[in-house]
Amino acid sequence: MGHPLSSRRNVHETALMLEKSLGRPPRVLVTKIGLDGHDRGSRLVAGFLRDAGMEVIYTAPWQAIETVVNQAMEEDVDAIGISSLATDHLLMPKLMVAMRAAELHDVIVVVGGIIPDDEVDMLRESGVAEIFHPGASREEIVTKLSNLILERRVN
Amino acid sequence: MSDDAESPPMDFNRAKSQWQSEYDHTIMRSDLRRNRSGIEVKPIYTPEDWDSSRYMEDLGFPGQAPWARGIYPSMHRGRTWTQRQLIGLATPEEYNKRMLKIIDAGATALSIIPCNSVYRGYDIDEVDPVLLGTCGTTINTVDDLDMCLNSVPIEKTSIALNDPSPFTLLAFLLGVANRRSIAWDKLTGTSNQSDFLSHFVSNHMFFRLALDGARRVFVDHVSFANKYVPNWNPVSVVGQHMQQSGATPAEAMAFTLCTAVQYTEDCIARGMQPNEFLPRFTFFFDISISFFEEIAKFRAGRRIWAKIVENRFGVKDKRSQRFKFHAQTSGVDLTRQQPLNNIARVSAQAIAGILGGLQSMHTDGYDEVLSTPTEEAAKIAVATQNILRDEAHLVDVIDPLAGSFYVETLTNEMEEKIVDVMRVVEDAGGMFEAVGTGLVQGMIGKSAVEFQRRIDESEQVVVGVNKYLEDDDAGVVSLPRPAESVMQGQLDRLRTFKAARSKVAVDRALDRLAFASINEQENIFEHIVSGVESGLTNGEICGKLRDEMGFGNPLVAA
Repeated sequence: MGHPLSSRRNVHETALMLEKSLGRPPRVLVTKIGLDGHDRGSRLVAGFLRDAGMEVIYTAPWQAIETVVNQAMEEDVDAIGISSLATDHLLMPKLMVAMRAAELHDVIVVVGGIIPDDEVDMLRESGVAEIFHPGASREEIVTKLSNLILERRVN
Repeated sequence: MSDDAESPPMDFNRAKSQWQSEYDHTIMRSDLRRNRSGIEVKPIYTPEDWDSSRYMEDLGFPGQAPWARGIYPSMHRGRTWTQRQLIGLATPEEYNKRMLKIIDAGATALSIIPCNSVYRGYDIDEVDPVLLGTCGTTINTVDDLDMCLNSVPIEKTSIALNDPSPFTLLAFLLGVANRRSIAWDKLTGTSNQSDFLSHFVSNHMFFRLALDGARRVFVDHVSFANKYVPNWNPVSVVGQHMQQSGATPAEAMAFTLCTAVQYTEDCIARGMQPNEFLPRFTFFFDISISFFEEIAKFRAGRRIWAKIVENRFGVKDKRSQRFKFHAQTSGVDLTRQQPLNNIARVSAQAIAGILGGLQSMHTDGYDEVLSTPTEEAAKIAVATQNILRDEAHLVDVIDPLAGSFYVETLTNEMEEKIVDVMRVVEDAGGMFEAVGTGLVQGMIGKSAVEFQRRIDESEQVVVGVNKYLEDDDAGVVSLPRPAESVMQGQLDRLRTFKAARSKVAVDRALDRLAFASINEQENIFEHIVSGVESGLTNGEICGKLRDEMGFGNPLVAA
């Protein structure tokens, strides 16, 4: 877990490095699809990412898959974070198909929330780049997401 | 040794200063501690903080003002609490099977959780089938509820319907009672999730109608229930959602009480008498693992509500002043890491709820942070309650922590804190205004961020998350998803149900709903109940009201 100050510094350094490589702050869409509206997680994560210097586009829950894809295109985001508490992650394969159909291959998609262990492989196979479970720290989320964006967008 | 026994007791102040210097010598650093509500907690409490001369002023006796010691004279000695485990399974048939088992095991109360599609106000033919029945039961019609309750003696079973505005499940239940020739006054239970303000603020899943429409339907449903279903509790004011979304315990209690004040005023404005509807108000809270803070929260909440009812609304009747509450152990405190540890957490939370004087409880399954709870986890959760009630001697003495210098001081301090937060809301024009502008959401968001910061920076230990870590990424069994064929059968049943109705009657019922929604003279819930008699489904009722009154969308701010 590390010392609090050092963990805060890590978060900033990672995000700064990413901003430098991109030549602009990274842009992330944070949203929820499906039927559930529990949004403590998405609000918190949106706050973490914003504090780390990212530009966050935040929406109400219950977005349709087409809306998410369109918004990702219009806002030209580097990544999409989908929050799921009550089984809405089961729609992820459909979102990933729609992302590919829209040729958004270089947009990272991550999922956070209550994801049963035996459904993790299904998400990964559909193209989800990372899954954050309850207890994931701010440092872990910012660092992993930054590295994923860096890998796909810059390299 | 014998010398010590014979010497007179030391003077309070001398003893205290001696203790203080010994304490400082041992600790040797600043050791400021605060609870989740931000109240500083000292290392020791003495009669300087609270003494028994305040007994009648602060405590009194159970079943009497100022209500700190409990709402009934016999409290858990007389009747412990209702074990109300939430159950939601894919189809009405499966729900019914599970429910009958639980009734056989002695349960006298049940709780029905519909599928998220139902919560959003859609029938199952309107949503992606992959989501159906994954979190709750697909109840779209009066037939579906009838099947859920097949062989269940509804006239003898207290039924909690997780049924947000516009209360279609209650309308279905009244329809089932009609079919079985059971008089409505035999029905007991609660419209859980009737609190649309808490849904707007934090549990948007249940927020089906825009604020003004939800407010209108809520009041009409209270009025209808009071008149025709007199043993039903139409109001459950929910602090649980707000605490789960990040409010501190004091904030959650304050917002809940402000909400209850708002509903009382709204019902009065619609011409209802507070001494008639207040006895049917109930509350629903979260129990976090901050043990003493939760106990103090409940004791303080009881006192404040009774004062509001008496002083603000002028109601002296005891039934109206009683702060009846259901509580659920906090899911946010559970961890994915080392999941069996959650059984210990739930036990501690449940004890706090019991010592806080609850009337009804749901204990979380240890796997709730991993998936929808499995049957095994649900069994352990029920057993936890049985052990605490029957083995641990927690219920022998009423309000056993009363008189503790710490607990009484903390209860008083929590009361002050709660009243302070209530004042902020009142100054903003009351709860309806304060959620419309986002004031309440802002306060909750700030507290959520602060709590997460404390965990991330290890100020607040969470075992397995920021201390005592283990490499435990072994897979855990989760509840199987409902088979596609099962849901296909349910879709077929819905189609058959719809086809068998009189189209004329359905259209007329929908027109009446539309008319009632723009005509303030009408009780809109009456038209929902009669619409169900004409065969309207949950999706049709919600859809029509949504068209007329606007869709429930939360404020978007992060």
